[in-house]
Amino acid sequence: MIAEIGLAALWLAAALAVLQLLGGVLALRGGTTSDIAALTRPAAILQGGLVAVSFAALLYVFAITDLSVKLVAMNSHTLKPLIFKLSGAWGNHEGSMLLWVTVMALAGALIAGIERRLPEKTMQATLAAQGFVALGFYAFLLLSSNPFERLAQPAAEGLGLNPLLQDIGLALHPPTLYFGYVGLSVAFSFAVGALVTKQVTPAFARAMRPWILGAWVFLTLGITAGSYWAYYELGWGGYWFWDPVENASLMPWLAATALLHSASVLASRDALRVWTIMLGVVAFSMSMLGTFLVRSGILTSVHAFAVDPERGSFILFLLALYIGGALLLFALRAGAISEGERFSVASREGALVVNNVMLSAILAVVLLGTLYPLLTEAFDVRVSVGPPYFNPVGAVFTFPMLAVMAVGPLLRWRKDGFGRITKELALVGAVLLSGPILFALLFGMAILPLLGLSFAIALAVASFLPLKGRKLRRVPVETWGMVIAHFGIAVALFGMASESAFSTEKLAALEEGGTTQVGPWSVQLQKVEPVAGPNWTALAGRMTATYRDGEPVEIAPQSRNFWAPPQQTTESVLVTRWNGQLYAVMGSDANDGRWQLRLWWKPFVTLIWYGGLLIALGGVLALVGRVQKDLKRRYVTRRAAERRVDMENG
Amino acid sequence: MKAFFILLATIVAFPLAAQDGAPPAPFAYRQLDNPAQEAAAQELMETLRCLKCQSQSIADSDAAMAGDMRHQVRIRIAAGDSPDEVRDWLIERYGDYVSYEPVMSATTWPLFAIPVLLVLVAGLLFARRFRRRA
Repeated sequence: MIAEIGLAALWLAAALAVLQLLGGVLALRGGTTSDIAALTRPAAILQGGLVAVSFAALLYVFAITDLSVKLVAMNSHTLKPLIFKLSGAWGNHEGSMLLWVTVMALAGALIAGIERRLPEKTMQATLAAQGFVALGFYAFLLLSSNPFERLAQPAAEGLGLNPLLQDIGLALHPPTLYFGYVGLSVAFSFAVGALVTKQVTPAFARAMRPWILGAWVFLTLGITAGSYWAYYELGWGGYWFWDPVENASLMPWLAATALLHSASVLASRDALRVWTIMLGVVAFSMSMLGTFLVRSGILTSVHAFAVDPERGSFILFLLALYIGGALLLFALRAGAISEGERFSVASREGALVVNNVMLSAILAVVLLGTLYPLLTEAFDVRVSVGPPYFNPVGAVFTFPMLAVMAVGPLLRWRKDGFGRITKELALVGAVLLSGPILFALLFGMAILPLLGLSFAIALAVASFLPLKGRKLRRVPVETWGMVIAHFGIAVALFGMASESAFSTEKLAALEEGGTTQVGPWSVQLQKVEPVAGPNWTALAGRMTATYRDGEPVEIAPQSRNFWAPPQQTTESVLVTRWNGQLYAVMGSDANDGRWQLRLWWKPFVTLIWYGGLLIALGGVLALVGRVQKDLKRRYVTRRAAERRVDMENG
Repeated sequence: MKAFFILLATIVAFPLAAQDGAPPAPFAYRQLDNPAQEAAAQELMETLRCLKCQSQSIADSDAAMAGDMRHQVRIRIAAGDSPDEVRDWLIERYGDYVSYEPVMSATTWPLFAIPVLLVLVAGLLFARRFRRRA
């Protein structure tokens, strides 16, 4: 019954999306006063409520493990802890697509409910675009991925969930990314709306900006969490594999970063109009492409895709429809939109343009590296593109961008000279140059970590320079946001460079009582003992780890065997100090009375994720600052209007 | 019917049993004693693809095959082969696919040409616009 309610709510929501699309289109043709145009906003709001009901129904059938629902039988198990039963609801294809449309419909309801700054025509066009995009995803869900499908005969027991995914990381990671993806769909709808009415104004950029910022914060958190999850769960200490699935989340982030900066230029300087619209389209394209890559099965093999092409083709069709349509609209309308205010190369805008070009180039590198192997495989040539390609080729564009990022915020809008900021330039340059010399002399390092450390330190210093000579209490919240986000980039970069330059690895086979060294740590294996969990058994290696002459720490990494479905995983243990992490993994029996251990000492590795958190925090501060300003502006306009009415009456 | 279930259980359990049964090759989980050789081996392993996994190098995979390949890499490096020789030997066995090391070839040149082209075009476009303004 509950499953059927969920399905019915989904169908109704799809019908309302049709109404929303029609209402918006008719409003554009017949004027915003027509009766049906008045339905656009209510349709969007009601739709949000219905989809929320549908998603709640899915959570419910997973919570009670209703094995007559096919999706539950395929992906859940009665023995799973409740939190993983719930997260299992979106840890599969159908459920994750339902989550996607849920977030999307809620976002649509929100803009329909509160956004009143833009001309009503632009809003109608935006909501129509939003309804159109949502409709495609409803069709996809209802026609080819129904999450509420029943089994003719209820299953006796569920098949379980991949043990790698039975982790709190999974419970939070996909929703976070989807919030990001969907936030960009709103930015996309705004861009389409502005293209339709040709009103690309600072007000439009201000309406769009909170959505970009929100999406960007979620993407940042999602990527950071995903990276940490890979780091501790896969058991080899790697935090980024340039896996297509990871790239699928990085590409929208890169596009959103560029969009965020160009929308700022549009909002405060009324420049870069066409470019901002273009990036709005690109950013959502990257979200769709990411969904396509992850959801179509094309990643395991192009040929696997060809075996079960229905879903993949469907998303590919949606991708072509929306992106192709938006690009066509862009091509038709871009000429009619003037380029906006002018500025010189040496200006804040100039620096942001360089930043945008470099980000786009990095995006192109990631996109190319991700799709190229798929492309050649279609012609039966198998190519491997991995870290040895992405790291150096990406770095060619990243380091110049970081250099501009250090200087850009110091420049004034419109027209400036580098002469005005010679002191700051000299400071950043000096830090930048002294770094490589120092590190090269001390450690004899490879080139990329060397550059990474120097740029990280220089950027950390530079990120605070915009605050120089200002009263700290009067600095606007959004400026703090920028400073902290830029500082976060420096922190994360330092962590990455340090991890690749200073990590030490130790593979050891120890008897019980044996001791080994890794970096400054000595680790003693005390005892190996069996442990049992709700749906697994494990071997736990009880060890004591001692940092130099410090207090010994008790740790017990496990090697786990799950039985539903049968799979072996490692539960690594991390010992965190301020200056790095000890990473310990329990391996298998060496068949001679000894046990295999894998140990790493990774100095400052945690900075990678602290940096990510700082970047997200910067985004949150910027969002808070912008929204506060908007509210104030709205209040002032309303008061002015009231006063005018009073004067007319008086 | 019972026989069928036993057969089914055997089929399901077999791959796991096979994985556990055969002990991993000695150098799959053991480092070389010579630190310089181990460093060279490690660097090489990070650029070799684990053929059974998705987007993992053999340096960070638990797959049995990755273990065997690590063993091969380590004993060959220990025997005095250069990393390039080991790579060539592996490519000969498994094809270009096994190597992540980017080489410019007839099939891969667009990977390098396209980003450069893109930046050139963007640079040109903006240069033109800035010049027009001045």
